[in-house]
Amino acid sequence: MDPFLSIKRCNNSLLKRIGIILVSLGLVMLAGCSQAQKAHQIIIAGSTSVQPFAEILAEEYMKLHPDISIDIQGGGSSSGIKAALSGTADIGMSSRDLKGDELSLWSAEIARDGLAIIVHPDNTVDHLTSGQVQDIYIKAVDNWAQLGGQDGDIHLFTREEGSGTRDAFVSLAMDNADVTPKAMVQDSNGAVRQLVGDDPGAIGYISLGLVNDDVKAVDLDGVAASHENIINGSYKLSRPFLFVSDEDPEGIAKDFIDFVLSEEGRQILTREGLVTRDAEVQP
Amino acid sequence: MKRLLDRLPGFIFLLVALSALSALALIIVFIFYEGIPIIAKIGLGQFTLGMSWAPGKGEFGILPMIIGTVSVTLGAAVLGVPVAILTSVFLTEFAPAAVSRIVRPAIQLLAGIPSVVYGFWGLTFIVPYIRLWIGGPGLSVLAGSVILAIMILPTVISITEVSLLALPRTYKEGSLAIGATQWQTVWSVQLPAARSGIMAAVILGIGRAVGETMAVIMVLGNAVALPESILDPARTLTTNIGIEMGYASGDHQQALFATGIVLLVIVMSLNSIAQATLKRSQR
Repeated sequence: MDPFLSIKRCNNSLLKRIGIILVSLGLVMLAGCSQAQKAHQIIIAGSTSVQPFAEILAEEYMKLHPDISIDIQGGGSSSGIKAALSGTADIGMSSRDLKGDELSLWSAEIARDGLAIIVHPDNTVDHLTSGQVQDIYIKAVDNWAQLGGQDGDIHLFTREEGSGTRDAFVSLAMDNADVTPKAMVQDSNGAVRQLVGDDPGAIGYISLGLVNDDVKAVDLDGVAASHENIINGSYKLSRPFLFVSDEDPEGIAKDFIDFVLSEEGRQILTREGLVTRDAEVQP
Repeated sequence: MKRLLDRLPGFIFLLVALSALSALALIIVFIFYEGIPIIAKIGLGQFTLGMSWAPGKGEFGILPMIIGTVSVTLGAAVLGVPVAILTSVFLTEFAPAAVSRIVRPAIQLLAGIPSVVYGFWGLTFIVPYIRLWIGGPGLSVLAGSVILAIMILPTVISITEVSLLALPRTYKEGSLAIGATQWQTVWSVQLPAARSGIMAAVILGIGRAVGETMAVIMVLGNAVALPESILDPARTLTTNIGIEMGYASGDHQQALFATGIVLLVIVMSLNSIAQATLKRSQR
């Protein structure tokens, strides 16, 4: 038998088989995509700062309505807004104000969150001015002695590009000046809190609701980082937590948002460390 | 009919093999499809040699990350390779059977530890000690190098061992017969004879170090600036993707895929060099 002929035949059948496999792979993927959304399920996606609070709210809501399931995903403010816009999510979560095209979306502020500037509890510095914070974060100042503390390098922590917390910090504290590229980058509030709590020379920023005894929140421009000061507007570093939707919400999504904005929802959010517009602050 | 039955297993195995291959093809096509547009937009030179990474301002230069990857990997090689080679010499030439029965599986166990565990251990153990005893913030090139040095040990040790064991017995016997000591035999005959196998082991180890993400994200500090000393924080190509993918969209997301292209090219060239060296050693 002609060896070349057999190679050719083999190649032909090989190609055919590859074709069959690729087509079947494609079919499997299509089947995966077309799976219909359940009637009693809504999807909420977006800011990882809002996510833990939304999860608590959803849990309470599902206790009242056992037949409804609320699926909450992270991804960040921008992707949450995008998901709401494209309809991938019923509700998007954002921890920054809407901008540009996004302003056409329906939105509701469910609460406000404060950013705390945190240092190690042993650090003798306990108040900073906005100017000093900016100097630290553009690395114009790099020793705690220059800020009235003990001699020692300042170790800077920031959040990653695209993070809502970072956006909030850059616009509220930095007047949109760039954070120095020498700052160390961590991708969650928890990581920043842990590293600042471990290192007497460190400074970082996290959500006010997540400050605990491992770190110390410093006063900014003589104003303490507290819920009262966020409500009365004297503390500078606060940001909105928004629910957004591509059109006026209806059905389950509307019912859930109504629950979040109700007295009960506001009480839950206040209890969890956020600041809501009308609810009384529990000491 | 019988012939058909004979060929059936072959066909099934071909299907399975092709599905693995098509996964590879899908991944490569997808990464290039997502990443090429941004490289075309800002230019390959600007992308790979640019010093500034600020996605918010549309600056996508990954040179600091390339240098970060190279320095962390070099550090890991400097710390890990001598240990690995001496360990494999010990295991093949000096260790009593009882000892190597314990040491060998113990080293293989190192390969089974999840990388997040290495990272967590590094963060709570290596990082504080570097900060206290050597200086800097602790999160540093040095910390990353130490962790990666440990992580590449199993790869380098096992391949070096195989290439030492593959040497003809006559090399060793001849050397001992002309009066060389055991150490002289190892140093002047066996190690040089196995050098291409050892080279391949080192290159494969380096490939593993270049691709590692989770462990280094936790101990490297992830600053986007060029590290000036081994005590400075740095960012590698893998951690650039890992830390920013959560919130990235648009050009930013494409730039992360483009980072993946650069990484893929580096790892694939390292692997092909290792394959070629191994082939040469077998000849």
